[in-house]
Amino acid sequence: MRRGNGFLTAGLILTGLLGALILLGFFWTPWDPNAMAAGPKFDAPSLAHWMGTDSFGRDIFSRVLKGAGATASIALATLAVGAVCGCLTGALTGYFGGPVDELLMRLNDALTAFPSILLALVVISILEPGKKRNVIIALGLVFIPSFARVSRTAFASLRDVNYIKSARLMGASSARILAVHMLPNTLPVLLPALTIGFNNAVLAEASMSFLGIGVTPPDASLGYMLSEAQGMLFAAPWYAAGTGLVIVWMVFGVGLIGEGLRRRDKGVL
Amino acid sequence: MLDIRDLHVRFSNRDREAVAGVSLSIREGEIVGLVGESGSGKTVTAMSVAGLLPRKQCEYSGEILLDGTELLHADRAVLRKMQGKEIGVVFQEPQSALDPLMRIGPQVEEVLRVHTGLNRTERRQRALEAMAAVELPDVEEVYEKYPHQLSGGMLQRAMIAAAVIARPKLLLLDEPTTALDVTIQAQILELLKKLNRESGVSMLFISHDLNVVRKLCGYVAVMQRGELVEEGEAQEVFHYPKHPYTRRLIAAIPTRDRKGGEA
Repeated sequence: MRRGNGFLTAGLILTGLLGALILLGFFWTPWDPNAMAAGPKFDAPSLAHWMGTDSFGRDIFSRVLKGAGATASIALATLAVGAVCGCLTGALTGYFGGPVDELLMRLNDALTAFPSILLALVVISILEPGKKRNVIIALGLVFIPSFARVSRTAFASLRDVNYIKSARLMGASSARILAVHMLPNTLPVLLPALTIGFNNAVLAEASMSFLGIGVTPPDASLGYMLSEAQGMLFAAPWYAAGTGLVIVWMVFGVGLIGEGLRRRDKGVL
Repeated sequence: MLDIRDLHVRFSNRDREAVAGVSLSIREGEIVGLVGESGSGKTVTAMSVAGLLPRKQCEYSGEILLDGTELLHADRAVLRKMQGKEIGVVFQEPQSALDPLMRIGPQVEEVLRVHTGLNRTERRQRALEAMAAVELPDVEEVYEKYPHQLSGGMLQRAMIAAAVIARPKLLLLDEPTTALDVTIQAQILELLKKLNRESGVSMLFISHDLNVVRKLCGYVAVMQRGELVEEGEAQEVFHYPKHPYTRRLIAAIPTRDRKGGEA
């Protein structure tokens, strides 16, 4: 089944490396990421400060490690909220159809009608800005419709497949059919959707923090750091470069995994 | 044992009834063949018995009794208890009737998992027995395999094992040999006869292939455009067909003297 697949391998290596760095960042960073004057202000990248320092003399590499951790964990949690709710909606609507389908999918359409950033902004300001948990809820909500749509199609296409019919004829309950027989068979569609979702979540978190309604200082996330870096683009260009590079790295690696998965399972469903 | 009484089914988007007043009974241990061209209503009849009729999208009337239990109008919970346990079903294409991501063994056991409180080892034991009964080779190995690793004939045997594992009273066979090549077809027919002899399970065998029906069934019913046009003991129907449609069907069987196309 599993053939050599350059996209998948490259993606796994890139993401694995970054994941290891992020994990490391949770326990140890070369400098305290929030300590001011860890080095001279606006210090260019050197052996002591790999990505240089910012206007407070904080070590950018240490901050990037921490920030990447914050961004990745927010993205993952967002994805969990969006994917779980979305897939549940998709599974129910796709499998049962009928009035439930109509109702939920029209609600879904209504959610899609709002520009996603605007919707997230509204939700956050209702909840209370500046809290990680609220960022996750708001972004998760924004991510539900796309997952609902993708999984609905996948579940609906399986509904009349013979092995699902035969499971029903063996007396299996709807819950069992959905969870045991259908879900694994929708993975070829859902997994690439998950990777794309993760990337969108990373970018969405970055945009939110860039706009100042995501993570609040002194904690760092990549988006927040990018907006900081904007103010010192000429004094410390390495700040924006280092932070941006890590965002690109994260998105690119996971994107490769998604493309690899898609190619591997092409034609399965 | 199975009594279908005046079954009518009409799908909402069609004018003509798919099944127009079919009555048919199957006695204990009997193999009944239901013959007819595609669209004659034979599969819809079987689906009604199995409880697989899309109820919201069709109108239906009549009665289907399995040992006194009404199936056609029964609610879902009652049906679920009968499905798999009292009625087993085997489809035409074994490749698509098995879950591609599940090993063969657990699929054979599915009915036991749903209907009985047997634990893992007991289920496995029963599955291996059922798989041996349908003459699958190396059952321990096949148990661990995925559908794509087996041939069509082996998959159909596995399907049959899954259908009979809970010792149902009735086995619905919807063209179970059509997708198989001729030698495998003959083996599967032998196997079905053996199962019928040994366990006394009744069978409703649906086919458009009279030759196959003739080899297997004791009783034959012929359907055309939703109606039963002829029924009777297999030998009688084949030797003295009364209805012109039956005669045409029989005439369409290719033989040594009469090859396809000359009929």
